[in-house]
Amino acid sequence: MKLGFLVDLNLCMGCKGCEIACKVENDVPLSSWRLRVKYIDIGTFPETSRSFTPLRCNHCENAPCERICPVSALHYLENGIVNVDSARCIGCAGCMMACPYGAIYMDPETNTADKCTYCAHRIESGMMPACVVACPVEANIFGDVEDDHSHISLYIMEHQGAVQVRKPEKHTNPKHYYVGGGSQTLDPLAHERLEGYNLFNNITHLKHVGDPHHGVIDRFLAPFVGHGKVDNDSFMNFNKDAKSSQEGGH
Amino acid sequence: MVENTIHATQAVVTLDVALPGIIWGWMITLNMWAKSIGTGVILVGAYLLYRHKKDEMPNLRWIMPLVSFVFLNIFLLFTLTDLHQPYRMVNIFLHPHWTSAITVGAWMASLFTLLITILMVIGAADAFPGLGGKKCKITAMARSNSAVYEKIFPFVVFLAIPVTLYTAIIMAESSARELWQAPTEVIQMLWAALMAGSSALILASNEWSKEARKDLSLVLAIAVFASFLMYMGEYFFSFKSSEAEATLAYVHAGGAFNVEFWFGMALGFIIPFFLAVSAMKSDNKTLLRFAAILALVGLYLAKDVWLKIPQMLPLS
Repeated sequence: MKLGFLVDLNLCMGCKGCEIACKVENDVPLSSWRLRVKYIDIGTFPETSRSFTPLRCNHCENAPCERICPVSALHYLENGIVNVDSARCIGCAGCMMACPYGAIYMDPETNTADKCTYCAHRIESGMMPACVVACPVEANIFGDVEDDHSHISLYIMEHQGAVQVRKPEKHTNPKHYYVGGGSQTLDPLAHERLEGYNLFNNITHLKHVGDPHHGVIDRFLAPFVGHGKVDNDSFMNFNKDAKSSQEGGH
Repeated sequence: MVENTIHATQAVVTLDVALPGIIWGWMITLNMWAKSIGTGVILVGAYLLYRHKKDEMPNLRWIMPLVSFVFLNIFLLFTLTDLHQPYRMVNIFLHPHWTSAITVGAWMASLFTLLITILMVIGAADAFPGLGGKKCKITAMARSNSAVYEKIFPFVVFLAIPVTLYTAIIMAESSARELWQAPTEVIQMLWAALMAGSSALILASNEWSKEARKDLSLVLAIAVFASFLMYMGEYFFSFKSSEAEATLAYVHAGGAFNVEFWFGMALGFIIPFFLAVSAMKSDNKTLLRFAAILALVGLYLAKDVWLKIPQMLPLS
């Protein structure tokens, strides 16, 4: 069995449902994404169009992240999934240097590398990955690419000549396919990324890798003194004055 | 090339998540720089011992492993400090994954540091008879096993080569960063070690013979010249992948990286070359020391730029 993923970009409408489902299912912290949907505007006004590209780990058959990991925290499962064992990860970020798809992040809560696992825990229970279930247009197709009769295999055969992978020249043999993609959507060098120019925010680069409140000294002291819990409170907790709730305020 | 592609596609990212910035920063630069000194002094020291009598370099036997020991420990300290889970470093020894150059390198560097420590203790115990007093068992044992130094030294020199080079293999395994994929990286690591090693020994060569210093000047001059040529080749020749080309654009296009790179080239390579060549003729110790310090500063700057620019490129 070799599990693979296919996204039909002709169907994707950029609702980000998959992105949210992934966040919820895997408790992905703020500032981190296992799966993200990138919007790219193509053409010049008035002849413009917008494309949506979901991006996640490609679960490569020849995974550079698995090869460079010094402690086998990144490892293959029998079904082809490239899994990550955060309890073993030393946080060297070698995998982040090796992954040609930028799919690995440093979890700011655990300070270990993390990434999409095709929801390995759900698959073990016979369920589909959360993003597949959430997609309203069934643009995400998941299954066994070694089984000729699986939905994904039939879809690939049906769209022969139009199925692409990202960066095939890297010889990673990714098990994540796209239908309806072009170089402008799948090649990061074929579209412009203007600093600070985004629809809803002006952050292009994170200022930190891992926990922003966890400096070099804290890394050594953390096992003895602990460090402040980094949670999502700060995002929505506009009124941090505890007195208001105690006094029955709104 | 890239600009043309963007021009052709007229594609602009309008919504995306924030990308990670520089992940391997100054600590990794310092790590590589310190390792170059730690291994370089052994390689250059071995060359000097082959070429000259020990009497011409009276302190080499103890100062060479001492400098190596200090800088190897700086290298190991920053390797550890850069980890997000530093205490789990032990997993490299408990759960080693041998396809990883990080694992192989960590084992080799640890063994190398152990052997250097032995050399340092024996060298220091022999050079300073009063060291540790009469009751110190370590120095007494070192003195009684003085011959071990010469026995393990050839193995240490042999081991210094892969310890110097393994960082280039880590970079080769970092397949997302195409600038580091060039085969020249391996040779650059070797030149960096010879540059750093000769510079560090120059600073300790005040009492050495003129001929020994001349040899150090020669090694420094050859190393900076060859390394500079390789950097220029990579900088100007365009037979590269589009990703490597786009990476170098961060230097070509001006800005902070451009300034740092050319400062590195001028300080670390061009000026030390002429100073070292001139010192070979005149045996001007001050000039040679100045060349050594500039080479060490310039090497750090050049390595820093080469480490950081590939991390600026969006990968997806």
